[in-house]
This record gives sequence, C-alpha cells and structure tokens, in this order.
Amino acid sequence: MPTTAPAFADATASDSALRRFLFGLPGVDAVGLEARAAALGTRSIKTTAKAYAIDLAISMIDLTTLEGADTPGKVRALAAKAVNPDPTDRTTPRTAAVCVYPDMAATAAAAVAGSGVKVASVATAFPAGRAALDVKLADVRDAVAAGADEIDMVIDRGAFLSGRFLKVYEEIVAVKAECGEARLKVIFETGELSTYDNIRRASWIGMLAGADFIKTSTGKVATNATPANTLLMLEAVRDFRAATGVQIGVKPAGGIRTTKDAVKFLVLVNETAGEDWLDPHWFRFGASSLLNDLLMQRQKLSTGRYSGPDYVTVD
Amino acid sequence: MASAFEYAPAPESRSVVDIAPSYGLFIDGEFTEAADGKVFKTVSPSSEEVLSEVAQAGAADVDRAVKAARKAFEKWSALPGSERAKYLFRIARIIQERSRELAVLETLDNGKPIKETRDADLPLVAAHFFYYAGWADKLDHAGYGANPRPLGVAGQVIPWNFPLLMLAWKIAPALATGNTLVLKPAETTPLSALFFADICRQAGLPKGVVNILTGYGDAGEALVTHPDVNKVAFTGSTAVGKAIARSVAGTDKKVTLELGGKGANIVFDDAPIDQAVEGIVTGIFFNQGQVCCAGSRLLVQESVQDEVLDALKRRLSTLRLGDPLDKNTDIGAINSAEQLARITSLVETGEAEGAERWSAPCELPSSGYWFAPTLFTNVTQAHTVARDEIFGPVLSVLSFRTPDEAVAKANNSQYGLSAGIWTEKGSRILAVANKLRAGVVWANTFNKFDPTSPFGGYKESGYGREGGRHGLEAYLDV
Repeated sequence: MPTTAPAFADATASDSALRRFLFGLPGVDAVGLEARAAALGTRSIKTTAKAYAIDLAISMIDLTTLEGADTPGKVRALAAKAVNPDPTDRTTPRTAAVCVYPDMAATAAAAVAGSGVKVASVATAFPAGRAALDVKLADVRDAVAAGADEIDMVIDRGAFLSGRFLKVYEEIVAVKAECGEARLKVIFETGELSTYDNIRRASWIGMLAGADFIKTSTGKVATNATPANTLLMLEAVRDFRAATGVQIGVKPAGGIRTTKDAVKFLVLVNETAGEDWLDPHWFRFGASSLLNDLLMQRQKLSTGRYSGPDYVTVD
Repeated sequence: MASAFEYAPAPESRSVVDIAPSYGLFIDGEFTEAADGKVFKTVSPSSEEVLSEVAQAGAADVDRAVKAARKAFEKWSALPGSERAKYLFRIARIIQERSRELAVLETLDNGKPIKETRDADLPLVAAHFFYYAGWADKLDHAGYGANPRPLGVAGQVIPWNFPLLMLAWKIAPALATGNTLVLKPAETTPLSALFFADICRQAGLPKGVVNILTGYGDAGEALVTHPDVNKVAFTGSTAVGKAIARSVAGTDKKVTLELGGKGANIVFDDAPIDQAVEGIVTGIFFNQGQVCCAGSRLLVQESVQDEVLDALKRRLSTLRLGDPLDKNTDIGAINSAEQLARITSLVETGEAEGAERWSAPCELPSSGYWFAPTLFTNVTQAHTVARDEIFGPVLSVLSFRTPDEAVAKANNSQYGLSAGIWTEKGSRILAVANKLRAGVVWANTFNKFDPTSPFGGYKESGYGREGGRHGLEAYLDV
C-alpha cells in the first residue's frame, strides 16, 4: 500500500530521481536554524499558558522503557503510571502511550487495556537496525500481533549515509505495509545523520514513504532530540502538508528531561507547524524522566509549593 | 485570533528602574538646569505616558559643556592608556550589572520590545565598552604609528532608534583614544543617556570628560558648529547629515556621518529558504524597522518568489505585536507620533503608486504609536517605497532574474549602508559581495553586530567607520 502523495510520485520512481529530489530541497543554514530555535526558546510561558503546556506535554508523552533489563513487572509499573501519572491528582491527563521492546508489547497491551493509552513498540532491530529486511519485518509483525498500536522503526543509516536513498525509502514502505492499522513512526537517528541537510532529506524520505510520524532519535546515541533538529522536522511536516494535504506527526525523543525543555518544544510546534499539531495525535515526546518533572511542576502550579522527588512515583 | 496555546502576559517588572520626575543636563560631572530654565517631556511611545521632564539645552549650555570638556581634555588625554582602560572596563561592568534596569528603561523610553533591549542592545553596549577598553593601551599597535594623539573635544549627536547603543558606539572609542566629549541624545529618547551619566559618576570618571546635553536639533546644531569642537560624530538622517557637512565645511573639524539606508536583502533560488525568511524578518522588523541598515528592500529571485512570499506571509502572521515590556512581544511601538506620520505617509504613497500592500491580521493597541508589519509587492525600482528610506516596519519586495540583475538593482540606490546575500553557494556569496556598494554585507544572516566589526556607509549613507580598529581612526589625529 504505497501512500506516496501523487504530487511527488515521480520523486521515488528511481534511485536517481529520489536523489535529485532530495538534493533539490532548500539547504539548511545551521547557524540560522539554531538561532531561530534559540530565539523561540526565550518565549516566557507563565501561569495559564504554563498550565496548558504542562497538561498537553503529559498527554503527549510516549512513556518509554527500552532496556535489556526490562521485565514484565517493570513494564506493568510503567503502564500503570502512564494510565494514572499522579495518584494524588486524578485530573492529571494520562500519557499518550507506553513505548517498549516488541517482546514486552503483549504485557504492555494487557496493562493499559481500556485506558486509552496506546502501546508503541520499537521494531526493525532497534536501535541499530543492522539486520536483514525479513528479520526487521518479522520484528514488526511480532509487535503488531502482540497488540502494538504504534511501531517505532529505525531507518537504515548505513544505506542513507552511503547514498542509497531508495533503499531507505523502500524499507520504510515495506515496514509500513506490515503495520496494518498500527501507526508508523520513523526514527532517523539524527545524531548519526549528523547534518541538518541530511535530517531534512531523511524527513522527506520518511514522509514520502508513508510515515505517520517522523522521529528524531532512539535515545541510544550521544545526540538525541534538540530544539534545532525538531524545528527542522516541524518545518518538513508543515511543508509536506502544504504540498500534499497530508498531515504527519513529529516525535522528538531522548534528552528532554525538564518541563522547561518540554515547554520550549511546544512553543516550537505552536510557532512552526502551528496549533493543528498541538495534539497527542500529531506530536509526541519520547521520554521517561520528563514525566516526573512535569508532575512536580503541575503540583507546584496547583498547590503553590514545590514538592520533591518523593512526591511523585518512581517507575 | 484565539489559539489553543495562548501565551499569558509575561511582563518584565518596571520596578527595577526608578525614573526621577525631572533631570538636568550633565555638565562637568554635575546635573544642572538649562541656562534659560527650559524643559521638555519625554513620553513612552507605547502608552503616551509622560515618563519624565528633562532640561532642554540651548547654545549657552552647549558652550558651558564644551568648556568643561576642554578643561578635562588636558588631564584625560595625558593619562596612560591603561588608566583610561580601567575607567572603560569599569563602565562596561556597571552596564552589565545594571543591564536589566537599563533594558527596561530603554524599552519604556524608546518603545522597542524588552526581548531586544535585553538580548541585543544591552549586551552590545557592554561589549562595545569592553572592546574599546582593550584598545586604550594598545593604540601604538593600531596601525597609525607610535603614540597617535586624540583630537580634543568631540561633539556627538545620536538618534533615537538605539539610544544607548549609539551612545556606546560614540563614547567608547572617543574615551579610549583620549578625547573628551559632549553628547546630545535624541529628544524622544533622552533617558538612557542620563542614566549613563550616572554610570560615569558611579565609575568615578573625572569631571567634564563626558557631558550629556538633552535637547532638540538647535542644541545639536550649536554643538557641531561650536568653534572649540574638534570632532563631529553624527548618526541620523541624511538631510541633517548634509546640513552638518555644510556647517563644518571650511573648518578643521574631523567628521564622521552615519546616515540613512535602503538595504537590499538578496535571496537567490539556492538560498536556505526557511533561514532566509527569518533573515528577512530580522532585517526589516527588528526594532520596528527603525534601523538605518534595515533590509528594507527584498530582492528575490523570480523562480522562488512565490515560495518565499508565501513563507514570509505565514511567518509574519506569527509575529506578536503589543506591550513592549512583555517578554513575548516581537514588535513594539513606533518611537514617536512624527515617525508614525512619516511611515504612514510613505505607505500611502506606495499604495497610490500602485504597489500592493499586505499586512498580517493584527490588532493595534488603542493608545501609543503603532504600525502593523507591512509588505509591499509589485514594487519596481521606480516606486517611492523602493527608493526612499521609510524607517519603519515596511518591506518592499522586488524580483530579479540573474545575479547581475540583483547586483545592479541592489546598487541602484542613493544609499549604500547594508546588504544581505542568501545562497548556499559560497562562491556566489564572494562574487556578489565584491560587487555590492554597501558598507556592510551580510551573508546568510542580517542585522548582526559586533564591536570588532567596522560599520559605515557609501554614498548618501555617510562616511567614516565606527567599530573595530577602523573606528579608532575617527578619534585620532592621523
């Protein structure tokens, strides 16, 4: 089921056509991009705006555990927290999803059943993605069969960096076909792509290939989500919708730990892609420790006092 | 238009600045009344609230201030450079310590957003003093031979668009090189210069080295024509600059003039479009476009014109206009009723001449002086809005087909202060920059300032350079 927008059907007709298309995209001036992201970071979000942003951010979290040491118990605890983040305040919104490895997807699905919290599963030999295509597809099938609502795949950075863009594209198309009803998030591992031009090109490959979300990173490398790379990806989905009418989500992941950071990302969303993206259906945070900071700030706003780490649950 | 994510008001506190109900002239280290007792009011352009009443200098006060500066010159110029540097470093540090107070003050008196005074004006002011403090004991190595001498008394007249920053551009190099000075701030923005006078006292600067005269054009004229002034430095309009040039002709006064501009911001089809759009916005809407080096003419390659204009209009719709003290305000107030009238009249001319006017939907506050960020499309070289300096948030959009045409159109101006080039192709940047007759050429950025970089114009944008090593020359007898 190739979902390439008709406007760009030619772009993916061959390796050389795709390369021409990607290299025809406007370049990115790194200094200017980072300056814009920093300038938006100086927005002062206070009182009612802050309360709105905190609740929105909580509702956008893919509460994540992706460790070799994950156990059913750990995943159930995480799921319980996703459903009910703050036991002392039931008005706290639930998170968007829990994000786990495929072998934990069934456990997670059972734990969140009926709550509205989605199960996201990484797949395609996450995080390196260094496996044969059929192994990656089997990984996806497994996760979907186990009840994953969303699949977080990684692109083949080796293929991308060696210029085999069509291979990257076709792999995403193949994964998308395995997803069925599940929404597909495509992880670029922006820290490995290294340049902003590459991130823009990868974004377009992902969008052309039918991604439902484009996602910065795995959280497993040195540089993960930054305001600048997320701003760039927000520009990409904005431009893609303008050209095709198709809206695609964005998920920064890794390294977003504080309320202050999360609010800055929401300002980026608001002033770049626009308010249509201010919705958990279209924007997510891949995070784990961020949730507790948001909860502490939420308690501060409602009680006027700072609590502390003992007043939020460990997961 | 109500949005889901409505930013709550986030005003910077006014309580950090204490504005006295009245101020005198700062002459010979003391605040004194004008000889004839005249005063004038300064208002906040965003609310029309009267902030304070300041003394209005006349010719007698100018004479008194020049005499004080002359008296102070002998000792000040004889100080070792390292001693003068100490004062400048001290002033720079005090500015940093008082930067929040000065930012709020400047925003109140000028109308520009606190975001700009906090993040641009004040850091640059301090940086300018730090930079020239470093030169004070190294003048032997500035390239003007051993022991270059100061000129004497400098008469300096500055505009209202960057009151404290223009003061820094004038005072820092003058003091570093051993001159004494009399400075007249603009009549609509006298307060930050008076606060600077207080900083001079706080820094223990010897009396008479810096004198500040608040007043109108007549005081400025008396200052630049005073026979005992050795150096005239002026930043402001081309008309006044020409008058000054005429008035000092035939004297041995050294003159630098930094005047108007109609900067071309050239966007090639291989530009980083998103960043170019930011640069266009910074170029013309920074400080409500009241910037002599503003990129007020957008020259965009015809093959990307629609794409750039769509992106630009979308971006303008996100600009936040309103209370300049709100930390989220992007566009503040126009500095004065006179300036607003001038902008309004030029924009009406633009419409009458057939240019197409566009503004993002935008609610203007009911009191104060405001003008919505505006674009003109269908503009040609023959339109007034493509030729005259508007000095407001109004961008004229013109197109070009080839690099040669871009250069020809960019240079086709009576001014030559600034230009911008947007392209991802390095060789094109160098080739085009070499052909532009503009004092500053920015590549893939706009309105970036640094004290180490010389600034000044070609043609009717003036002569002489401020900033950097070049800025020393204007204050040395070389």
